[in-house]
Amino acid sequence: MTAVRCVDLCKTYRQGDENIKALDHVSIEIDAGGFVCLSAPSGGGKTTLLNAIGGLDKPDSGEVYIAGQRIDNLSKGERANLRLRQIGFVFQAFNLIPVLTARENVEFVMQVQGVPADDRGKKALATLEEVGLAGLEDRLPADMSGGQQQRVAVARAIVSRPALVLADEPTANLDSKTADGLIELFRVLNERHSTTFVIATHDQRVMSYAKRLISMLDGRIVDDIEQNAT
Amino acid sequence: MILVFRLAWRNLWRHPRRTWLTIGAMMFSNMLLVFMISLQFGMYGLMIDNSLQAFTGHMQIQAPGYKDDQRMRQTVADIVPLSDLLRRELGSDDIAARASAFALVSSDERSYGIAVFGVEPEFEVNVSTIPGLIGEGRYLGDNAATEIVIGAALARNLRVKLGAELTLLGSGLDGSFAAAVVTIVGIFDSGLAEIDRSIVEIPLGLFQDVFYMRGAGHLVVINAPVIDDVAELQIRVNALLPAGHDLVVHDWDALQPGLKQAIRADISSSFFMYGILVILVAFSVLNTQLMSVLERTHEFGIVMALGLTPGRLAWLVLLETAIMGVLGLLLGALLGALVTYYFSINGFAYPGMAEMAAKFNLPARFFPQITVLTLLIGPIVVYLFTMLSALYPALRLHRLHPVAAMRAV
Repeated sequence: MTAVRCVDLCKTYRQGDENIKALDHVSIEIDAGGFVCLSAPSGGGKTTLLNAIGGLDKPDSGEVYIAGQRIDNLSKGERANLRLRQIGFVFQAFNLIPVLTARENVEFVMQVQGVPADDRGKKALATLEEVGLAGLEDRLPADMSGGQQQRVAVARAIVSRPALVLADEPTANLDSKTADGLIELFRVLNERHSTTFVIATHDQRVMSYAKRLISMLDGRIVDDIEQNAT
Repeated sequence: MILVFRLAWRNLWRHPRRTWLTIGAMMFSNMLLVFMISLQFGMYGLMIDNSLQAFTGHMQIQAPGYKDDQRMRQTVADIVPLSDLLRRELGSDDIAARASAFALVSSDERSYGIAVFGVEPEFEVNVSTIPGLIGEGRYLGDNAATEIVIGAALARNLRVKLGAELTLLGSGLDGSFAAAVVTIVGIFDSGLAEIDRSIVEIPLGLFQDVFYMRGAGHLVVINAPVIDDVAELQIRVNALLPAGHDLVVHDWDALQPGLKQAIRADISSSFFMYGILVILVAFSVLNTQLMSVLERTHEFGIVMALGLTPGRLAWLVLLETAIMGVLGLLLGALLGALVTYYFSINGFAYPGMAEMAAKFNLPARFFPQITVLTLLIGPIVVYLFTMLSALYPALRLHRLHPVAAMRAV
């Protein structure tokens, strides 16, 4: 089954007097349960593609399908609802809500989804335990290390068991040991729950874990290879 | 406590000083509004009481048309038995009959045209402040005695003193010549030149004799225990009027329409000032919430990326404002109530007020009148404007794009 399908996506940004082609006729298909890395140098278009897949940004042309549903023509609210229920996000800068504890950060999305309070609490604790943060659930982000904060962000992304998790440079702010631990966690979650992971990165270690590596340059896919993950 | 409320609450205390400053502005304005409105309503109460107690009373029984055209022939028959009946049935002594006529009053040296009022001395003291304003001598005593009380200005104009005799000349009810010689037993000083130079009072019994009233008078003045009781008392008085009498009962609003107009004008001007205060507070809230939204643009971008709609974020901002508003309302109303309560017991005065008030037979202090209305109207308006001012920052969120917002520092 196809988790993500992009057809002939184009996206151009205006930068000063110059038009920058962030996506130049990009077409890809990602199977459900895939563990895919999008690699590109800065400005290569990987974040733009990730944003288009996540419904955060609309392409100028082309089509985006998530689990068979076309999303590029949905309204702002419909795309927000899709992200809320079907897609988990992990960002480079963790981006936790600073005034909420680890557990509350994880619960927050579930509350918006309308999950009953009892279920929310149990699921949040179980997910935090799954990402290795048992006992730290009542800490505020400011009282946690970068790696711990990123794990909270991962817990937040997967707590609702989305079919798709999009991660944008998730290891950029982590030391190598913590980054290894995070990618290992991604892989375990990918295998345990068959969650599709699409990770935008230029971190070679992350790429080495991926089952499929899509390389981009100047908004175009220049390479797409299946590989044996380490 | 639900998570969104917790989030809103904690967001407020990210910048405690800023939040307290905003809540402080609301508290101060709410406290000020509670006190000022309570004081204002207390003063209106006093204004109404003093204005009505001077002469008009809370209501009057008259012949139809007398209010607008005070002709001598428009009488209330058997007026003393009627006022006796009302006092007995209503269990109140704050009821007195009156009659009035225009006459020429003459001393040895001068003559002036004046309004002569025949009053029931025993009960007039309960419905008018004039008996309490006697500066020299005493008020009228016997209902049939040939006595008169006059104003200080008239005494000066007539060049007479206490104990002097005056001659009254006028027309009786039947058109005949009416005349009497009366002795000045008291001189009142109301501080109001018009009253002091143009009104005299004589006993009602004497008036009826001199002006051939045949037991009639012109009006019965009735005071209610408090002004709020007037409407109910008016119904009871109407029910007690003898069958077959063609009489009407006018309340104070009908008798002195200018009084309510003056109060309305004063309310309008003071509420304009209060409006400025409320708008200043609203701008303070607008500033706080706009800053708060702008500095959280990145964070809002994140939560939008997670699937929150701008509408939900707008509710979060409104909830934060609502929490601040409720805190400002409760604390401001509480402080305002305490300050107002203190002054409602001890009274409020400013330098020189006592001397001025004494001249007009007014109390030396104003007492704020604290009611649910005076306690809540100001803070509720502040709260509504506070919420209104948060609409702009909240609506700005609808224009927010998650990708652009996440780029914000």
